[in-house]
Amino acid sequence: MARAISNKRKAINTMAAWSLGLLIFFPILWIAILSFKTEIDAIKGPLDVLSATWTLESYSAVQERSDYLKHFTNSVIISLGSTLLGLLIAIPAAWAMAFVPARRTKDVLMWMLSTKMLPPVGVLIPIYLIFRDTGLLDTRIGLVLVLMLINLPIIIWMLYTYFREIPGEILEAARMDGASLGKEVLYVLTPMAIPGMASTVLLNIILSWNEAFWTLNLTAAKAAPLTAFIASYSSPEGLFYAKLSAASIMAIAPILIMGWFSQKQLVRGLTFGAVK
Amino acid sequence: MSIKRTLLGMAITAATLTALAASASAEELTIATVNNADMIIMQKLSPEWEQKTGNKLNWVVLEENVLRQRVTTDIATKGGSFDVVTIGAYETPIWGEKGWLNTLNDLGDGYDYPDIFEPVRNGLSVKDNLYAVPFYAESSFTFYRKDLFEKAGIEVGKDQITYDQFAEMVAKLHDPDNGIYGTCQRGKAGWGENMAFIGPMVNAFGGRWFDMDWQPQLTSEPWKKAINYYVDLLTQYGPPGAPANGHNENRALFADGKCATWIDATSAAGYIYNPKDSRVADKTGFFQAPKEVTDKGTGWFWAWALAIPSSSTKVDAAKDFLKWATSKEYIAMVGEKEGWVAAPPGTRASTYANPKYQEAAPFADTVKNAILATNPADPTLEKVPYTGVQFVAIPEFQGIGNYVGQQISAALAGQQSVDQALENAQQFAVREMTKAGYIK
Repeated sequence: MARAISNKRKAINTMAAWSLGLLIFFPILWIAILSFKTEIDAIKGPLDVLSATWTLESYSAVQERSDYLKHFTNSVIISLGSTLLGLLIAIPAAWAMAFVPARRTKDVLMWMLSTKMLPPVGVLIPIYLIFRDTGLLDTRIGLVLVLMLINLPIIIWMLYTYFREIPGEILEAARMDGASLGKEVLYVLTPMAIPGMASTVLLNIILSWNEAFWTLNLTAAKAAPLTAFIASYSSPEGLFYAKLSAASIMAIAPILIMGWFSQKQLVRGLTFGAVK
Repeated sequence: MSIKRTLLGMAITAATLTALAASASAEELTIATVNNADMIIMQKLSPEWEQKTGNKLNWVVLEENVLRQRVTTDIATKGGSFDVVTIGAYETPIWGEKGWLNTLNDLGDGYDYPDIFEPVRNGLSVKDNLYAVPFYAESSFTFYRKDLFEKAGIEVGKDQITYDQFAEMVAKLHDPDNGIYGTCQRGKAGWGENMAFIGPMVNAFGGRWFDMDWQPQLTSEPWKKAINYYVDLLTQYGPPGAPANGHNENRALFADGKCATWIDATSAAGYIYNPKDSRVADKTGFFQAPKEVTDKGTGWFWAWALAIPSSSTKVDAAKDFLKWATSKEYIAMVGEKEGWVAAPPGTRASTYANPKYQEAAPFADTVKNAILATNPADPTLEKVPYTGVQFVAIPEFQGIGNYVGQQISAALAGQQSVDQALENAQQFAVREMTKAGYIK
């Protein structure tokens, strides 16, 4: 039987949740407000900023100076490409580790995760040289590959955790009914793991979309995604706060909208298996 | 009929060949640059050059420090991603000496080299080889509020004042109850932020970064005096939150009428003088950055310049662009199209001789004199083995300058004493210089 919670307690919890939510969201809200102000108003004190007139001039300035569509297209291709390619490799890997574990499976999983502990700048020069020699510098395919490799440990770990929640007996039953390995994965495992896979896909798209080290260091003019678009408005000399804010909002808007519409799947996936 | 057909055929062939030749010679250049007002204008006007030559420019605009890291990686690995890069007076001699840049001594007869100010040309050269052509150059000077000075009864003479006299002025002007702070100076840590101001100030107090044996001098008397002066000045007469204020923050504060004085880049004068951006456009005056025991190295020297990495395969087209973007004609075009106050400052004598520029920029002569007074090859009272006024042109300086900047910023914030900050800075500098092989 569910524990009875008093109305007062409920109100306190709701208030606390809203306050925390607002606190986390505040930087984005402030960026959004600054993006609708003039440069000179954007640097004033908080109260003066709020009372200053609202304008779209920063958005039109950004639009005039930069090719938003090109950066947006690059971001979409790079984040979707790296996530889908990652899934192709991660699903068989996670299946093998979840359903046919070997003696060292746990060690392999830990080793994969340990690659995330290396600071990226430590491998910048070797990767840059490989990219230079293979002609991958400033190409979308190069970024798809590198982001896929960077996120692969997370994809495998997430899928492994979800697959472990699925009873092996169901797969065995499918096998007894004569299903091949491919059919077992495609028709039995995948439908059951859809919520988990959906959240893996969403989380990895977000991670790839926001990745700003490799996307800045391995691109120049052609493959630069929205992270480079934002970086072009940051400056230690000159006032670009409003334009930088407008560029930031334009860059994060697609991923925010996607996150908003898919929040149910995202939350369901992330808490999948938590309540047993 | 057949003659007509033959002529027509020949005409078509000729047209096709011309078109093919044009498309074959057209180059696509990638240019990496910082984000500042002058570069935005250049980006806006560059279609003129593209139309004239048939070449195309791809712009990569990045924040200064990101750009520095990005371009260094590409040039050091000979990645060849960029054909033209925007670099500063700090990198140019280092990279030029390493052979990372093409020399630019041969931009053609039409390119007026002698017209470029000598300190600017020297700052971008190594052993008589020019490795970058200046897009704009700056020194530092004092911005002051004429109305507040008049109210406080302070007269500004023609002679260079001392930092002690400057502190006396600032004390009289400080009026926080009415939202006026005596002085706004850089406090944000970084070799290009607080150290850009502190470097020339230490020079004025008779200090230097290294002695002739490359031994760091950060705990010497001049450094102690200068940093104590700086911390006291900003603590007593600076705005709240001074340790977090960099160039941009102070520029905004001064433009908003909150600062009585500000020692910073001459290139900010155009902004402060523009009534669209500044509330003090008609109330601002300028004088030289103060001296103390010496007047050597009291104003910094900086230039943003365009260079061609040796890894570029399109050197001829890149040189043609550089020639266009740093020419007298380009400056004139900016003056005509964007207004003379927006013309790239600090690089050419012809700009300062132009009556239209002098009229639009009343600060022109002060800026010119400040730039001409700089001598990066002899910046300090005592002899030094390095060049650079507010920086030391060695690769290790970025790391050392940033660390020293952090220590001084922490002292300004009251997190440690000045002596402790300088002691830490000295230890770090000795360690880095020993590691790099300067100290045996």
